Amino acid sequence: MALPAYQESWKGSINVLTLGTEGNGRRTVTIGGHTTLPFLHFEGQTNPPAIALEVWDMAPKDWAAPLVAAWGDVFNDPVAWAKRGVEELGVDMICLRLVSASPDLADASPAACCKVAEAVADAVPVPLFIWGCDDNAKDNDVLAAVSRALKGRNFLFGMAEENNYKTLTVSCLADNHAIVALSPLDINIQKQVNILISDMGFPVERIVAYPTTGGLGYGFEYAYSIMERGRLAALSGDKMMATPVMAIIGAETWKAKEANADETVAPQWGALAERGIMWEAITATAFLQAGVDILVMRHPEAITTVKTTIADLMS
Amino acid sequence: MLVIGERINGMFKNVRNAIAEHDKSVIVDLAKRQLEAGAHVLDINVGPASDDPVGAMLWLVDTVQEAVDAPLSIDSAKMEVFEPALARCKQPPFINSTTGAQEQLNFFLPLAMKYNASLIALTIDEQGVPSTTEGRTEIAMRILVAAMEHGLPTDRLYIDPITLPVKAVQDQCAKQLEALRQFRQLADPPPHTVIGLSNVSQRAQEKRLIDRTFLVMCIANGLDSAILDPLDKDLMDAMITAELLLNKQLYCDSYLEAYHR
Repeated sequence: MALPAYQESWKGSINVLTLGTEGNGRRTVTIGGHTTLPFLHFEGQTNPPAIALEVWDMAPKDWAAPLVAAWGDVFNDPVAWAKRGVEELGVDMICLRLVSASPDLADASPAACCKVAEAVADAVPVPLFIWGCDDNAKDNDVLAAVSRALKGRNFLFGMAEENNYKTLTVSCLADNHAIVALSPLDINIQKQVNILISDMGFPVERIVAYPTTGGLGYGFEYAYSIMERGRLAALSGDKMMATPVMAIIGAETWKAKEANADETVAPQWGALAERGIMWEAITATAFLQAGVDILVMRHPEAITTVKTTIADLMS
Repeated sequence: MLVIGERINGMFKNVRNAIAEHDKSVIVDLAKRQLEAGAHVLDINVGPASDDPVGAMLWLVDTVQEAVDAPLSIDSAKMEVFEPALARCKQPPFINSTTGAQEQLNFFLPLAMKYNASLIALTIDEQGVPSTTEGRTEIAMRILVAAMEHGLPTDRLYIDPITLPVKAVQDQCAKQLEALRQFRQLADPPPHTVIGLSNVSQRAQEKRLIDRTFLVMCIANGLDSAILDPLDKDLMDAMITAELLLNKQLYCDSYLEAYHR
């Protein structure tokens, strides 16, 4: 007797979001659109996440040795850094992080940030995710300026959070960009931020949620469970949770001791080069199962490994 | 919870007058406002005093469907009203209602199958309204079996344990709650449950308070749909909150607003 085919039928689906523009050799990226849980092709539509390479607009200090080995020669050249990511690694997006704007670092002006952002945007054919310096007051100036400078490019800007979302929302609405809504590992606040942003007339369909990422060994399980709960709520019909979701893998995993301590400090842990890359790759891979739509990553080999895994899961 | 809006009922003076005068605007306004307030289905009832129930029902159905796109619940005590009205419905309708009496089930179940309708079934039978929980459950079981025999999926069956006025038979409320719990265990997947909420506060004081308190109690006992007044904002807020407390909606600070999105 043949077993009856059992397929889940979900009430809701995830919004489809297309970033970037076409023409002049440029290409867009489309994320979201799932009608079932990740990679269950027999049951519905499920789409691969995009990978964004994290590029800084100033040379990072104290990055782990494997990262310095991979990118050290372009630390001072965000354009070259971004181009290598697209041309050699085939990443879908560039995450340009305007670290130099931080008042604790270079305190770069909005004009200086616009210059870098425009240079990177013009140098690569893929859409950008512009990430501020995480200082609310400074970001409100810088991101507004950069958003205006890149008006009409349909990029992604972040971060908007519960206590500081209005300025960025106004900019993204006026300049036709999508927005990242951040919540601090609190699913109820994530839903609230999505509502607050959409209450300003910003379409929910153009919000990407960033529920905060915990790296392997440093909060991963909690972050995973929140992402999964949010996905299940969306598939069960909750329109305010039906946004694509982001995970910031590189920044979180390369903080870990396990990605920084070399063989002299922790000989029982094996070679650092492999270890750091695996820490990032494994964290990213695990989030695939929760339904992540944008992975912001750092190391070339971690990126390549995850791309292969995604291709396998999508085949 | 599935909300069936009850306001388009000839029992209300404004609706009765609108039917008599063929004033579409009153009906359209009630339809739109109920849907905006969160109703999923609109109950349509010409009222007890109509001298042309079929004509009045068809006029109501047409008037509502011209203006909005929601499923309708055809509500009448006269069997001859149903077929013409169901045939006019653009979306799969609700039949409000059959009892558990064999003659009624034999009439309404084939209609439900013919018009792809959902069926609201009251746990009353040839002997009348049961006064015990078990009496209600027994009739519910008979309704369920009859539905299965006619091929009506449980997903289209809405069993009503009969809401009696607290002013008249105060001990019945608790029995109704217990009956709701038992109905959900009758099959897997279980049939839906429904109540005509306003009956509980008939002729009492504090009608709205009684209605919303009873609704919350019923939701806690497994009620998954109700015929009620969606224009009562406190009632809708209580319903949304009860479902939140049962983990049916993800909490956020603006959860009342979120429900309506």
